[in-house]
Amino acid sequence: MSWGTLYTQLGGVNKHSTSLGKIWLSVLFIFRVTILVLAAESVWGDEQSDFTCNTQQPGCKNVCYDHFFPVSHIRLWCLQLIFVSTPALLVAMHVAYRKRGEKKDIIASQGERSKTNDLESLKKKRLHITGPLWWTYTCSLFFRLVFEAGFMYALYYVYNGFQMPRLVKCEQWPCPNKVDCFISRPTEKTVFTIFMVASSATCMVLNVAELVYLIIKALMRCSAKSPPA
Amino acid sequence: MNWASFYTVVSGVNRHSTGIGRIWLSVIFIFRILVLVVAAESVWGDEKSQFTCNTQQPGCNSVCYDQFFPISHIRLWALQLILVSTPALLVAMHVAHRRHIDQKILKLSGRGGAKDLEQVKTQKFKITGGLWWTYMISIIFRIIFEVAFLYIFYLIYPGFKMVRLVKCDSYPCPNTVDCFVSRPTEKTIFTVFMLAVSGVCVLLNIAEVLYLVGKACARSCQDSNPEPRGAWISNKFLYKVNEPNQIKSLFQG
Repeated sequence: MSWGTLYTQLGGVNKHSTSLGKIWLSVLFIFRVTILVLAAESVWGDEQSDFTCNTQQPGCKNVCYDHFFPVSHIRLWCLQLIFVSTPALLVAMHVAYRKRGEKKDIIASQGERSKTNDLESLKKKRLHITGPLWWTYTCSLFFRLVFEAGFMYALYYVYNGFQMPRLVKCEQWPCPNKVDCFISRPTEKTVFTIFMVASSATCMVLNVAELVYLIIKALMRCSAKSPPA
Repeated sequence: MNWASFYTVVSGVNRHSTGIGRIWLSVIFIFRILVLVVAAESVWGDEKSQFTCNTQQPGCNSVCYDQFFPISHIRLWALQLILVSTPALLVAMHVAHRRHIDQKILKLSGRGGAKDLEQVKTQKFKITGGLWWTYMISIIFRIIFEVAFLYIFYLIYPGFKMVRLVKCDSYPCPNTVDCFVSRPTEKTIFTVFMLAVSGVCVLLNIAEVLYLVGKACARSCQDSNPEPRGAWISNKFLYKVNEPNQIKSLFQG
């Protein structure tokens, strides 16, 4: 999974974000992607090979593993990070669209003599979050929140909480009666799960704060524009 | 785990550090990250597969391993390195904020040529005023994280020594079984090494704190003598965000 490419994409949008948005991006990459990469191979690497059931019955182990782990934590977190990063592309598309419009205006007004300096400075210009861009940005924040909450709930629902048990009792066919199955490294997995959930919650708080900040800024701008009594 | 790109991010802050800060960064990279990657990961690589218990009982191995190794040394050290390097980003954010203010002032004063803006980008800031406080807070957080992880290590693995044999009687192990840890001596050596380097880093951070405090006192002693109070206050809070006044003084001065 090339997290570097994702970072390059998101870093481009970062220019037009608020300060809270920039902090959100740092938290996302340093605490979540880094920890995910750190934990993924080493802690969850042997989750299926070291899942042991107290039986010689062929197929029982596979069936029990599949019953208790429909989707691995690692895959859920990767999906969560991808979905949560995607709304930023809405903002990137809107900015590109606006810049294209401005570029057309420059070329139309100056024609053949449109200076490369003007076009270059347009490329590097930082757009303020006002007007339709404010709505796009707010929508992207809202979607981020929805995806974060959705994935946290999905993790909680699939694994009945955030703690990994040591032992699960399985009675799927072809296991004879009820068998004990043992999960590998449950404590380490619990620690990393709690860490990722806490980072996710921090990101949600940052998103809510950014939303409130944008709304307040927009209200202040409206009241500044409205004519004095 | 891409430590190379991690190092690039952290060393970007290096330009605005003190001399001791740069030594700290080299110690972190050479003695901790490099050792972790090159040696520790191969020593701890087979920690679970080679953890053997004297029983045929399925599940006993897993359960005993989990009981005696709730979180692996390698993960603890990697987490420690990540958390300890993160406060440097506070400093990076403050420097970026100051650069942004400087560029705004330059543009407003009409001197916003490309050359001047480039100069602001590459300018090295002195650790004074607000940046001094940010830097101090980042070092204090570094010390807190290092000490917290040393304490967590001591709590989970008291004595820092890796034993050869552990006796386990958790369900489903029948009675008490002997379980054998792989490469205990090699693990002990690396544990002691990493903890010693961690201690050295804490000492370097404390030295940096004392150095900065000493420098600030020396500066305020020098300042307290000839200059009028107004200039001292404006010097101390030069980079506080007070743009209208700053621009005003720029046009008047």
